[in-house]
Amino acid sequence: MAKHETPMLDQLESGPWPSFVSDLKQEAANRAANPNNLEYQIPVDVVEDILGVLELSFKHGRTHWKHGGIVGVFGYGGGVIGRYCDQPEMFPGVAHFHTMRVNQPGAKFYKTDFLRNLCDLWDLRGSGITNMHGSTGDIIFLGTRTEQLEEIFYDLTHKYNQDLGGSGSNLRTPADCIGQARCEYACYDTQGLCYHLTQEYQDELHRPAFPYKFKFKFDGCPNCCVASIARADMSFIGTWRDNIGIDQEAVQAYIGGELNPNANDHGDRDWGAFDIQKEVIDLCPTECMWMEDGKLMIDDKECNRCMHCINVMPRALRIGQDRGLSILVGAKAPILDGAQMGSLLVPFVKAEDPYDEIKEVIENLWDWWMEEGKNRERLGELIKRQGFQKMLEVTGIKPMVQHVQEPRHNPYIFWKEDEVEGGFDRDINEFRKHHQR
Amino acid sequence: MAFVSTGYDPKEPMKDRITDIGPRKYDEFYPPVIAKNKGKWLYHEVLEPGVLVHVAESGDEVYTVRCGGARLMSVTHIREICEIADKHCDGYLRFTTRNNIEFMVDSKDKVKPLVDDLESRKFDGGSYKFPVGGTGTSITNIVHTQGWIHCHTPATDASGPVKATMDVLFDYFKSHKMPAKLRVSLACCLNMCGAVHCSDIAILGYHRKPPILDHEYLDKMCEIPLAIAACPTAAIKPAKVEFEGQKLNSVAVKNERCMFCGNCYTMCPSMPLSDQEGDGIVLMVGGKVSNRISAPKFSKVVVAFIPNEPPRWPKTTEAIKNMVEKYEANANKYERLGEWAERIGWERFFDICGLEFTHHLIDDFRDPAYYTWRQTTQFKF
Repeated sequence: MAKHETPMLDQLESGPWPSFVSDLKQEAANRAANPNNLEYQIPVDVVEDILGVLELSFKHGRTHWKHGGIVGVFGYGGGVIGRYCDQPEMFPGVAHFHTMRVNQPGAKFYKTDFLRNLCDLWDLRGSGITNMHGSTGDIIFLGTRTEQLEEIFYDLTHKYNQDLGGSGSNLRTPADCIGQARCEYACYDTQGLCYHLTQEYQDELHRPAFPYKFKFKFDGCPNCCVASIARADMSFIGTWRDNIGIDQEAVQAYIGGELNPNANDHGDRDWGAFDIQKEVIDLCPTECMWMEDGKLMIDDKECNRCMHCINVMPRALRIGQDRGLSILVGAKAPILDGAQMGSLLVPFVKAEDPYDEIKEVIENLWDWWMEEGKNRERLGELIKRQGFQKMLEVTGIKPMVQHVQEPRHNPYIFWKEDEVEGGFDRDINEFRKHHQR
Repeated sequence: MAFVSTGYDPKEPMKDRITDIGPRKYDEFYPPVIAKNKGKWLYHEVLEPGVLVHVAESGDEVYTVRCGGARLMSVTHIREICEIADKHCDGYLRFTTRNNIEFMVDSKDKVKPLVDDLESRKFDGGSYKFPVGGTGTSITNIVHTQGWIHCHTPATDASGPVKATMDVLFDYFKSHKMPAKLRVSLACCLNMCGAVHCSDIAILGYHRKPPILDHEYLDKMCEIPLAIAACPTAAIKPAKVEFEGQKLNSVAVKNERCMFCGNCYTMCPSMPLSDQEGDGIVLMVGGKVSNRISAPKFSKVVVAFIPNEPPRWPKTTEAIKNMVEKYEANANKYERLGEWAERIGWERFFDICGLEFTHHLIDDFRDPAYYTWRQTTQFKF
């Protein structure tokens, strides 16, 4: 017999898609049965109370969680989000229900022994409910009491060699795509760079010193599977600057129908025979491809590396060999001043350990933002407020036409004194000699 | 329950303290076939919805079986995932950015037993635990935020509408019949910790009433200047109010300036916004993050408001299904939803989808608004 009636949630158990309600109920039953005889460190019926409070929200159409208090582990200013229920008498099991963010491994690869250790720890000391994973990428431990925070951190660091992730005005936990681990499109080692910078900037990740949050995300190619260009203050997107590799025999195999286009992912509908002119050449945004004597030709100088042709014919076309990444900056969701997409700052840089050139860009931007950024101002908003030129100045990056979609629409140029011959200081009397009042 | 200590001593927090060690290193968790062939993959192919093969220069192959799941996940469920990975994949697995689970095997004969095993597992309530799909031109798993399960500012739930939507779109998760991929995302308020603003279809929770002012407690619980500074439209000013014969420091809100973002509430718990009638869902469409063919795009608001309808949000899921079906029927091969809408024109998109256009859908928020109005005589009747 369930502790709380949940008639509305129960309606989310039917239907084919995995039901989180069924999963919560299975966990509630598991805790009640306690097959491993655990000395649960937070109330046994915590999951019953999660179901109860969620049912109440379904009934009221409003949340029942309060603001976080200041909770955390000693010496860190992030990684723990305080959370309290606004109906603690009805749901004592979730009265205190803090979140812990645990820094996920690169590309979210796991071995089961490690995952089981995390489960055992969270079963004993928390609600047993997680997010795999949070939006930023962390493993989320959802719900424990204050006195368990240090204990969990102790076991994480001492037994499992594992640290917390970021929250608040910190470097948030960096995240990467699967990259070279299992993708032929990856132009650099996303896991390598993500891990290197995560380790390099542990202090920034754990101790809030920024005006607001700051996100790094690493995409191996312009397909952008981790959406870095839309949501990272700095996005690192793989690219190349030489030629796309062409296997003409494989091109013929696509034309002849022996190979299916787009890695065979249009199979449940009849789109007709593959037409390279219509499906590849005519869709190329720069019109830099054509057929000549039965061969596919590419004018690589005109290619803007959109990935379409490679995505359509992965067995015939390959990313170039001179590989690196582009850095785009300032992306963010709409709060406060509207959404921003990342803007191109560094068109190309090699991504090789120890990544010194990349770190120089990062640290120049941080110095500027920490000096000039207002409270809760993201980097993208500072760039808008002080101007793209200012960012070029602080990073020492030369302006280039690649920085803009098109040149400015107005001539209101803020000329600097040292750019104008003779400077700004002039003598009014000298002027009046030739121009009467 | 007795307190069980790990060895941590609250009197001496710095004793043997380990900090700043970061995550576990990625290569500890690579399956052997991944470790061996990293950076040397030649090509991939989707064998059927949910099943991929990647082939390396060495001739090695890795077969990936992708399955969906709720990102809200219990340890019991994770242990079952571990059991499957131990049984079929030598104890290795991974999760994707979009909350899918991927099981990898190194030969083709291991695929069918794995798929059969995954598809055979169901929750007591009847839903699949590990539906296989979500590759290529399917509609894959929805990325989302916390909602009513754990957040203090949501205007809708997250797990509930996601479950309801994926039930409606399930056939698309299991098939490759769309013109291109279609990404659905949900953020339960406009803070968008899920960053849904570049999705083919974004489900966004939105408040529509200004904050309620808890004058009695406001000055005691909040830093009034911070609450004032938090407002992006300068709608909040300091005010003295009469409360039970006393003059109290508080704030006043100019309601017509409020954009319902809830930033004041984040700074000041005495200014709650949420409301059963006021809160609901905005639908935004046509965004993307990929640079393929056209540049990344923001999603555009096409439905200004749908009320919250727990537990299954039928009006929301119906509106989504309708747009998905119209896109499926009308877009060209490889064309994303936003590219289709731009090709035919948004006026035609509203026609085809049978959507009502209201004043709410014309941008009036600062500079970017102008760039969304029509500055040409080229339009369709």
